[in-house]
Amino acid sequence: MTDIIATNQTILVVGGGISGMTAALEAAECGKDVVLVEKNPALGGRVSQLYRYFPKLCHPVCGLEINLRRLKQNPRIRVLTMAEVTEITGSEGSYSATVKISPRYVNENCTACGDCSGAVDTEVADEFNYRLGKVRAAYLPHKMAYPQRYVIDPSIIGTADAEKAKAACKYGAIDLGMQEEVVKFQAGAIIWATGWKPYDAAKIQPYGYDRYSNVITSVEFERLADIHGPTGGKILRPSDGKEAKNIAFIQCAGSRDENHLRHCSRICCMASLKQTNYVREAYGDEGKSTIYYIDIRAIDRFEDFYQKVQKDPTVTFIKSKVAKAVQDEKTGDVILHGVNTEGYHRYATPHDLVVLAVGMEPSVRGANIPAEIVADSSGFIEADPANHALFGAGCASNPLDVNRAVQSATASALRAIQVVNRVARVEG
Amino acid sequence: MSENYSNSFLREVEERVEEGHWVKMCMQCGVCAGSCPFGPHWAHPPQEIFMMIRAGKREEVLTSDSMWMCTSCYNCVVRCPRKLPITHIMHGLANYAHRLGIAPKGQPTEHFATLFWNNLAETGRVNELKLSLGIYFRDGFSQGIKNAMAMQSVGLGMLKAKRLNPFELFAPHGVKDKSGFHAMLKKAREIEDRRKPIA
Repeated sequence: MTDIIATNQTILVVGGGISGMTAALEAAECGKDVVLVEKNPALGGRVSQLYRYFPKLCHPVCGLEINLRRLKQNPRIRVLTMAEVTEITGSEGSYSATVKISPRYVNENCTACGDCSGAVDTEVADEFNYRLGKVRAAYLPHKMAYPQRYVIDPSIIGTADAEKAKAACKYGAIDLGMQEEVVKFQAGAIIWATGWKPYDAAKIQPYGYDRYSNVITSVEFERLADIHGPTGGKILRPSDGKEAKNIAFIQCAGSRDENHLRHCSRICCMASLKQTNYVREAYGDEGKSTIYYIDIRAIDRFEDFYQKVQKDPTVTFIKSKVAKAVQDEKTGDVILHGVNTEGYHRYATPHDLVVLAVGMEPSVRGANIPAEIVADSSGFIEADPANHALFGAGCASNPLDVNRAVQSATASALRAIQVVNRVARVEG
Repeated sequence: MSENYSNSFLREVEERVEEGHWVKMCMQCGVCAGSCPFGPHWAHPPQEIFMMIRAGKREEVLTSDSMWMCTSCYNCVVRCPRKLPITHIMHGLANYAHRLGIAPKGQPTEHFATLFWNNLAETGRVNELKLSLGIYFRDGFSQGIKNAMAMQSVGLGMLKAKRLNPFELFAPHGVKDKSGFHAMLKKAREIEDRRKPIA
């Protein structure tokens, strides 16, 4: 049984991505007790799945490492992984949260040696790599996973494979009898930082994401470029493993579209501009990136990054929302059709690989949060007094890049601290 | 505002063209132009028409045959990220140009639409024989005979299936209350002219 010591002076942080971790750390480093609840088996969220950040093109590993070290040093944060908040009752300064913890089948004895993984034969889709590859059914979520602890996929429970994994473990870390748990605890304020998910590209019918193997999403492209990704960092297209040197980026794939996401997701333009750097890095002058756009929104201070990419002769900009994509069955090339609105030229251009710069939607839409919450028409949490001491942070509140998500998280931590300080004054 | 750029035509379209108030919402993404199956065959795709309206190119827009080329497939409407009723705007522009009398002369769609309306408005029922003969003989008598001969088998087939009555040419059937029908159309026109006046 998981024991959680929490009071009305505790802050509950829901979501262990960059925003949730930041909010939890900022609050804990101010001396507040924090319970951090994460749905996945490891912290880090979408940021851990990125190859590089814009604009400095550094690796997310770095920022993640700093945050994990802060986390390990801080005894005030209690981390629950594979846990989901199912119910919130009560009011500001006195909430009660119900959390469902799914079984990991691996306890804290795990040393992450990997012997269990070697023992099982079953493979399951690799969620960390957006299902582009497969992993053994006993796996470490990713290299920097915190906690550094393996997970047994529930699909093999009750099979011989699970027994094999248990037998292979020298530390008695595998507990196949682990059950789902439901725990209930108090909190004075709640920070909701459940982040975002990529818009389901299959819904954008004319681009054929569900039909064409060489049409992928921008988040999948991040994994292709990453050395820990399914191709070991090589940009190869899915249909035949050929080097994808001529790559098209389609902007606003889902965003700014009343039929899909009505908001601008803000980050996709910068993400594609950033990803042209991956192409250049991989193939030099032989690489060719084409960005199809409505208008480039290099938000805030990123205009200079945009100008730098514009100067790159391997990058072409075409002002057009692509009308349709068709994959040639013989060559595997994807032909994009549309009209270039600068001069109204009709085009039908083949590319090795097409990357859809998919929009952001909230992982948990406002209406699905198990509490009364004011959200906007896209499901992002509003900063509304009616939300009392439930504060949205990061991409649960807005489509944000990492930098702004961290700012938002720090702001929400400050609001939560004010609430628990009030509680402390009353309780004495 | 400079002389060259005035939005008086945009205002005119907003006031007088069916669904014209949507034109300002276009963000020039071009997905309508790219999605149009007839795209390569008309001078100005929808998003260009919208930009021309905003640029005040009244003559060029209204005398263009572009909006007459719309086949109402609705591809553009379903894909438009701002949900503009593009098909309806195209028909609205075509209708407006027609009412002003500056639509391109002899444009086949305009010819057919006029023929169809006059045909229908006369008796309240479409007289298919007259309608098809009107199209066949559009380009002169000898071409009309050629067209009719080419469509012979279809005509005979319809005759056999009792879908075509040759006597309709002389005694067309119609609605029971023809004068009531005409009064109704007249009233509808009055309302329409009040709602979207030409000038």
